[in-house]
Amino acid sequence: MKKWIDIIVNRIFTVSGFTTSAAILLIIGFLFSEAAGLFYNPIIDKGYVLALNQQNTVTELSAKEIKDIFDEEITNWKELGGPDMPVKVFRLEDLDKYYSEEELGPEYEYAGDKIAEQIYRNPGIIAFVPEVLIEHHSNLRVIDGKTIPVKDVLLGDEWFPTATPSPIFGILPLVSGTLWVSFFAILIALPFGMAVSIYLAEVADDRKRRLLKPVIELLNGIPSVVYGFFGLTVIVPFLQNVFNLPVGESGLAGSIVLAIMALPTIITVAEDSMRSCPRAMREASLALGASQWQTIYKVVIPFSASGITSGIVLGIGRAIGETMAVLMVTGNAAVMPSSILEPLRTIPATIAAELGEAPAGGAHYQALFLLGVILFFITLFTNACVEFVSARNKSKK
Amino acid sequence: MKRIFFPFLFLCLYCLNGTATAQRIKGSDTVLPLTQELSEMYMKSHPSETVTVTGGGSGVGISALMDGTTDLAMASRRIKFSEKIKMKQARHEPCEVIVAYDALAIIVNPRNPVRQLTREQLEAIFRGKITNWKQVGGEDAKIIVYSRETSSGTYEFFKESVLKNKNYMSGVLSMPATGAIIQSVSQTKGAIGYVGLAYLNPRVKALAVSYDQGKTFVYPSVKTAIRKEYPVVRPLYYYYEKKNEAKVLPFLKYLTTQEAKDKILQLGFIPR
Repeated sequence: MKKWIDIIVNRIFTVSGFTTSAAILLIIGFLFSEAAGLFYNPIIDKGYVLALNQQNTVTELSAKEIKDIFDEEITNWKELGGPDMPVKVFRLEDLDKYYSEEELGPEYEYAGDKIAEQIYRNPGIIAFVPEVLIEHHSNLRVIDGKTIPVKDVLLGDEWFPTATPSPIFGILPLVSGTLWVSFFAILIALPFGMAVSIYLAEVADDRKRRLLKPVIELLNGIPSVVYGFFGLTVIVPFLQNVFNLPVGESGLAGSIVLAIMALPTIITVAEDSMRSCPRAMREASLALGASQWQTIYKVVIPFSASGITSGIVLGIGRAIGETMAVLMVTGNAAVMPSSILEPLRTIPATIAAELGEAPAGGAHYQALFLLGVILFFITLFTNACVEFVSARNKSKK
Repeated sequence: MKRIFFPFLFLCLYCLNGTATAQRIKGSDTVLPLTQELSEMYMKSHPSETVTVTGGGSGVGISALMDGTTDLAMASRRIKFSEKIKMKQARHEPCEVIVAYDALAIIVNPRNPVRQLTREQLEAIFRGKITNWKQVGGEDAKIIVYSRETSSGTYEFFKESVLKNKNYMSGVLSMPATGAIIQSVSQTKGAIGYVGLAYLNPRVKALAVSYDQGKTFVYPSVKTAIRKEYPVVRPLYYYYEKKNEAKVLPFLKYLTTQEAKDKILQLGFIPR
């Protein structure tokens, strides 16, 4: 009987182990397949085309050039290597400015003809219209539909996901924003976290520890949106006054909020591992005449190094993935950060803010999944680093 | 048994009656709170009617109207030409009703001496062409531009009305909520942003806006918005299908009563 129970329990553990691993792999697979779809999308919105007059010689346009044309930054075709004539932008929405409802027919069956007529009449026109309306017309030219180039996404420094007709998905400002904020957060949290955990583990007496530890752990229980609100109303104006900044929403505000949020994790894990240092080792060190400080940094810290690093990594993990608090205090400007005192935008904040309105399956949606993949690689990399460091520490011993 | 049966039958009939005049309303999240309040009041005064209201965005509402899964579509923008074409091709006839108006106020920090801006200046500021308050008659300070997230209806409307469909500059600070914009503008001296008229409060200063190259500047208020003097105003629409008219008409008629108009004003929108 006992043997059977053993076997059943064994099987349950095996099955649950495998299903969990399979679920994780499936999630990663889903993430990757959604993200890869981005590069199969045309640079112009699906179902739409950019049509030109036949006299125009321009055949190819990049997403950036299309955006500049529709923003009226480029006003002459000469700038794009075409003939010397002014650019005239035409959107489908403009159609009822040129024609009355009667002219377009009761079911707008003449809309396609009217668009073609406009394109035929204006040599410098660029028309952003649905493909179905003009596919039968031959007296116009359609810009070749390229797919979104990988280079423009991974190395692009502009993020305009909702620009029409041609969205721009340069992820570089978001990736660098995330790394920047997390790096400074850990730079701030590390000394404080270490100091507090050493104090709790080695210096404080039992009564003080019993008072302090629940207070620190309480920090973990505060919802992140509360941290965000605290940051926006307290830290942001504070930084503005201290550094005399034109704007307080900055990377540093995000880093400080994240540092506060990562502190309890770092402190709890580091303190636990320091306290697990055997009493015999500590006493041996003291008996050899070492002072308390010497014992701490020559015996206790080296012994608990792997625990301390894992605490730090958990802290970093929280900092990189944190969404709401960062969304509220960093200002979310999608520009390449040149200093920590400027507004920046992180990957999790972007996903949270934009996924709600991105049409499912569209290019914007897939671009957000790609950001998820990048985030996944960043955390994978930090985890690998830690594994490497702790493995080296162990072999040294 | 009999004693249960009759109330049960009654209940069934009541339900049938209810579903017979049930109306489904779907669409814009901007119009959602307004429609919810109005439909609750409507159901109170017309106990036999039921109205279900769901959000999802203007585009969602209009495509639901096309599929016939909603009777009324709420929209914070006009139906797009492309949507109209699709509906006409499917032999649907969309009808349009304006429920109320929503005005956007341009706000700055109260310490900022600038009082008025033209649309052209606003466009240049939000597109990053003007970067210092000095250029528009203010102090020598950097302009900090706040905007809503791209998923917001106000973001789209502002882009259409003020920026004339051009893109915002990339360095614009996007905030997740209107409250956050007010908070930030109130504590940042060089800030500029935009919020719905209903959210205006003394912690921020609204600017007078001119849409005619600086001839007349109008300060945003319910009064100027009703008189159609204030330019940054958008109508909020309901769309329904012509053949469904009889079904939705009682509710649409209710919107024109004084009671409904008072409620619209109270919620910070401008009644028709």
